[in-house]
Amino acid sequence: MSGAGAILIIGAGPAGTRAAEVLTGHGLRPVVVDEAPASGGQIYRRQPPGFKRSAKLRYGFEARKAEALHACFDSLRERIDYRPDTSVWSIENKVAFTVGPGGVDRIPFESLLLCTGGVDRVLPIPGWTLPGVYTLGGAQIALKAQGCAIGKRVVFLGSGPLLYLVAYQYAHAGGTVAAVLDTARLRDALPVMPGLLAGGLTLAKGLWYQNWLRFNGIVMRRGVRPIAAEGGGRLTGLRYKNAWGRERHIACDALGFGWGVKPECQLAELADCEMAFDALARQWLPECDADGRASAEGVYLAGDGAGVMGADAAEYRGELAALTLLADSGESTGAARRTYLKTRLRRLMRFRIALERALPYPKGLAAALPDDTIICRCEAVTAGDIRQGQTLQPQEINRAKAYTRLGMGRCQGRMCGIAAAEILAHQKGVPLAEVGRLRGQAPIKPLHIGIAGEAAEDDPDRATSI
Amino acid sequence: MSGNSERGQFVRISETERPEIIIHVDGEPVTALAGDTVLTALLLAGARLRDFEFGDGARAGFCLMGACQDCWVRLEEGGSLRACTTYVRAGLRLRTDS
Repeated sequence: MSGAGAILIIGAGPAGTRAAEVLTGHGLRPVVVDEAPASGGQIYRRQPPGFKRSAKLRYGFEARKAEALHACFDSLRERIDYRPDTSVWSIENKVAFTVGPGGVDRIPFESLLLCTGGVDRVLPIPGWTLPGVYTLGGAQIALKAQGCAIGKRVVFLGSGPLLYLVAYQYAHAGGTVAAVLDTARLRDALPVMPGLLAGGLTLAKGLWYQNWLRFNGIVMRRGVRPIAAEGGGRLTGLRYKNAWGRERHIACDALGFGWGVKPECQLAELADCEMAFDALARQWLPECDADGRASAEGVYLAGDGAGVMGADAAEYRGELAALTLLADSGESTGAARRTYLKTRLRRLMRFRIALERALPYPKGLAAALPDDTIICRCEAVTAGDIRQGQTLQPQEINRAKAYTRLGMGRCQGRMCGIAAAEILAHQKGVPLAEVGRLRGQAPIKPLHIGIAGEAAEDDPDRATSI
Repeated sequence: MSGNSERGQFVRISETERPEIIIHVDGEPVTALAGDTVLTALLLAGARLRDFEFGDGARAGFCLMGACQDCWVRLEEGGSLRACTTYVRAGLRLRTDS
């Protein structure tokens, strides 16, 4: 046994699973809280009981990895305190506040491993609240976990590894893909070819999906700029500009769109982790050293929640962070393994940086949105609303939140925060980092008022923070 | 209609061999399959989960992974549920109208 006290892992995806594996291997019994009913995270999400498709059909090239990860987690079940279907809605003074099937609970911890993953990085476009418009990740979940397509005739838009993968998965499963519209241009990729080659097999798979789509006659366009999702009451088409600046319209009843993944870091914030602006990702990320330590004592970070690097890196980082935690609590094993993992991660980071440049996030899109475009889809705050308050001081996004209700809705700014920051920074003519970020606030997911009452009764001291 | 409806937003393309479960949506029976989320069941039958409170029409979910909170659906008995992370169960009675 090592000297580590109570350990809480939040998230049972690739990072959380590998972290739990390491800790149980050292005789420790971590609590593992996960929002999903089964482990695997979003990337290796499992299908519900009663579904029969093979892993090969659902995960393609990644089937063996997915199955290995699921088998690993299942083998740990007796050695961890596993709490599926459970959300952590706040963290305060080394206590996590949860709500799950059995109601509310509090989990005190000495060490915390945050493996919270990410969500689609979306930029609003006019019409994005219409029924029929989904994130790329959402489109993939409909297929992977429910056996459904998001529409009868689907357009995929954006950039990033998920774009061609999801389009391929839809076409392969028998869905109708009307077009794949990539906002990246081929010339973005050329200068970073050496870095892309560091991706090896991952790069090869990406190219394979594109070739498959091309061979199967799917319409594919690069250098596209979206103008608007259109339709009265529900989606009927997408208007966009092609690479030569000509306006085009394509009929569709569903759109899956997104530009890569953004980390879920609200819990890191609530756990008092310092945040730092990452110029490449144009986002605020929790500070994290090469071994997986956050700035807050006893807090460790792994997986896409600590900066997006993908599923393979998440497995390495989960293992690494758990080994670091053990080392910090006096365990002397694992040094060689940590060195090896960090070497693998450096290589993946080179690929990640090249990918971000080859498939760039179209940062100018948000700043150019028309005033009447809804940015905050929870509260119907428009681009114009955000721009109007620009004379107020300080020039900071939480100030914009106060005067517009931007990011104050149910999603807490998860969907609109990055676009709103781009709009605000552009309007004020300041660098993006200067407008700051929407601060994470408890509860980070909606709580029914009855649940909040229960939590308050459970601990009257907490009532004021709910 | 456990299969595909003309009006439906979603299209079921596999996993059709599951037990049927009847739920009620705006008073009408809808046939779902065990393992469908509420979101899937509603969007196979139609193209709406709720009316947006501030006016720009219907909403039909967005992220499908419990992050965007766009898919909260009202229960007839009062209260609400997040449709993308809740599986259908027999006797569920939902409202998608205002």
